[in-house]
Amino acid sequence: MTKNVMIVGVGGQGSLLASKLLGKLLLNEGYDVKVSEVHGMSQRGGSVVTYVRFGEKVYSPIIDKGEADYIVAFEQLEAARYLGYLKMDGRMVTNTQKIDPMPVITGAMPYPEDLIGKMEANGFAVDALDCLSLAEQAGSVKAVNIVLMGRLSKYFDIPQEKWIKALEESVPEKFLDLNKKAFILGRGE
Amino acid sequence: MAELMLGNKALARGLYEGGCSVVSSYPGTPSTEVTEEAAKYDEIYCEWAPNEKVALEVAFGASLAGKRSFCGMKHVGLNVAADPLFTCSYTGVNAGLVICVADDAGMHSSQNEQDSRHYAIASKIPMLEPSDSAEACAFTKKAFELSEEFDTPVIIKMCTRVAHSQSIVEKSGRVVPLEKIYQKNIAKYVMMPGNAIRRHPVVEDRMKKLAAYAEDCEFNRVEMGDTALGIITSSTSYQYAKEVFGEKACILKLGMVNPLPEKMILDFAAKVEKLVILEELDPIIENHCKALGLKVTGKDVFPVTGEFTQSLIAHKLGVALAQTKPLSEELPNRPPVMCAGCPHRGLFYTLAKLKCTVLGDIGCYTLGAVAPLSAMDMTLCMGASVSAIHGFNKALGKEGEGSTVAVIGDSTFMHSGMTGLANIAYNQSNSTVIILDNSITGMTGHQQNPTTGYNIKGDPAGKIDLKALCLAMGIARVTVVDPYDLTECERVIRKELAAEEPSVIISRRPCVLLKYVKNQKPLVASQEKCVGCKACMRLGCPAISIREGKAVIDSTLCVGCGVCTQLCKFGALS
Repeated sequence: MTKNVMIVGVGGQGSLLASKLLGKLLLNEGYDVKVSEVHGMSQRGGSVVTYVRFGEKVYSPIIDKGEADYIVAFEQLEAARYLGYLKMDGRMVTNTQKIDPMPVITGAMPYPEDLIGKMEANGFAVDALDCLSLAEQAGSVKAVNIVLMGRLSKYFDIPQEKWIKALEESVPEKFLDLNKKAFILGRGE
Repeated sequence: MAELMLGNKALARGLYEGGCSVVSSYPGTPSTEVTEEAAKYDEIYCEWAPNEKVALEVAFGASLAGKRSFCGMKHVGLNVAADPLFTCSYTGVNAGLVICVADDAGMHSSQNEQDSRHYAIASKIPMLEPSDSAEACAFTKKAFELSEEFDTPVIIKMCTRVAHSQSIVEKSGRVVPLEKIYQKNIAKYVMMPGNAIRRHPVVEDRMKKLAAYAEDCEFNRVEMGDTALGIITSSTSYQYAKEVFGEKACILKLGMVNPLPEKMILDFAAKVEKLVILEELDPIIENHCKALGLKVTGKDVFPVTGEFTQSLIAHKLGVALAQTKPLSEELPNRPPVMCAGCPHRGLFYTLAKLKCTVLGDIGCYTLGAVAPLSAMDMTLCMGASVSAIHGFNKALGKEGEGSTVAVIGDSTFMHSGMTGLANIAYNQSNSTVIILDNSITGMTGHQQNPTTGYNIKGDPAGKIDLKALCLAMGIARVTVVDPYDLTECERVIRKELAAEEPSVIISRRPCVLLKYVKNQKPLVASQEKCVGCKACMRLGCPAISIREGKAVIDSTLCVGCGVCTQLCKFGALS
């Protein structure tokens, strides 16, 4: 059975490292894996989405509406934007951080209120955490991506040491301690 | 060894394993990483050429000299390279010549979504179309053999979803064939009418042989399943079809999309009850099937525009879709924006303030068209700003000249802006051309170009001096400004618009994302001094927003460029 993980956020937030880590982990576990990324213009502060699919045999590299088992969101509004991609029994793992998009900056629209409550009201399991604070605690605001991967790891049937091994294969040596700390803080055990 | 690889990286792996020795390309999403990855192999000479036409001609020259060579580009790049493409079909090759073109259905990062298969048909060149990374690697290796066996360039067509998806590739070693010694052959390589007349029938004959080859080759295969439904497809559409139907349909998977295997198609059609063609963009396989007298479902059901997805295919063929429950409220969208500290912002702010008509070009700075700056009137293709301003000003005379500018990036200017400037210098319009020199090719992810002084590996290289170049081309008025200095920008633009002769303004400051650019400390908005006038908001900087009527600066985004401080009359930003 193919499992689907979507990673959504704002261009520049580091979703490529998160998908790299997931890809390594799942390949190490012996799964067939496909990862689909977005490059080019939309990376410039726009809404970005990465698809990670794994199973015995994976065909399509993308995830469509109602197909995601997990959505990992780097930002609240982006979590809400892609909610329609989540399976009805899927799980949203989201950072509570808010980053204003241009229509909010220019005052054309307000930043929507209580998005986490609204997602829960639609019947979805939402795991929201302040990844920015946890990343700062780990040593760098840039580690938001690994905090989120730590939290996602709680819901996977793969031992923590396998995640740490994949992390070791994905980040440069000098940032490893920081990222391990971020992972553990995200996992919250 | 198995590795999870981006489609473009896998194609580069195919270049390495296939014994390619020379690569020349121009960057363009979604093709760029092919050449970047190829440059990591010391065995391959790689370069960024000024444009795709030059790149293809370089690759052709290397093939002529006897080394397997390659050229990569995006779909619109093939328009630029079309001139050598059509005629190197006539000359054929010496060593293998492979061209990659990456289409962008859905226009993730492009100005149109043309279907490159038309080029393969029109230029009579075989085209292979991989559907994942493993095929991107395998097809590339095989393409060199095909090129040499049939004496033809071979095109590999990628698309965004194959180019930018990672899947598993089994790596193997590099095999370099014996060098094909260059031999003078005027009848084959000098395409003047007397020779070309004799080469054209050779090309037609080659296509017939390739059509026969297509009937029984490793690129095309039939996967039998339930015969109630037969699907003919290629590329990423094959993956979507398998996702929806698995073994519940018969699939003719085409890896060679030009020429098409007619007998194979007819045999397949005879085995199935209903025949469906799944292809993104234009109905090329479909029209071919119709010409063979087959009744098919294709663009009568599926769109000609945009990308396909598994849900789209399921929906159109009557398969139930997954249940969803999105939020019902309208959410603010998040379009791409110029980065905080982007050197283009100050320049576009000034153009907006002066109410200029701005003829734009292709690059990050196309985002100058986005609100609140909205400082762009036209974007067409690479280099068009410089050519079009001349036409605009010739049509309108003084009325146009006093308020119209062309804006073009450093890399785009080298690509195809120079020829437009030659026209301005020659046919004399009082046009004002602004070269946005951020010392890099930005939008495609920081590639070097002839003005940066570095080559694809980051080593020192030749460096073209833009100011000296424009002067040498006959533009007497060339001024360099710093786009962070709004007062100076405004002064220079006003002066050059008023000038009674052609002029070039070089707006020079390196892209803020370049590693060697040192950021300043983030600014802070004083909540006491800010009166909430929102003057700073006219910049459209993603680091500035209004909270409870006052400006606040996001310290994680602000790089301290200081452009906003020049707009605040109350000294609230510092």
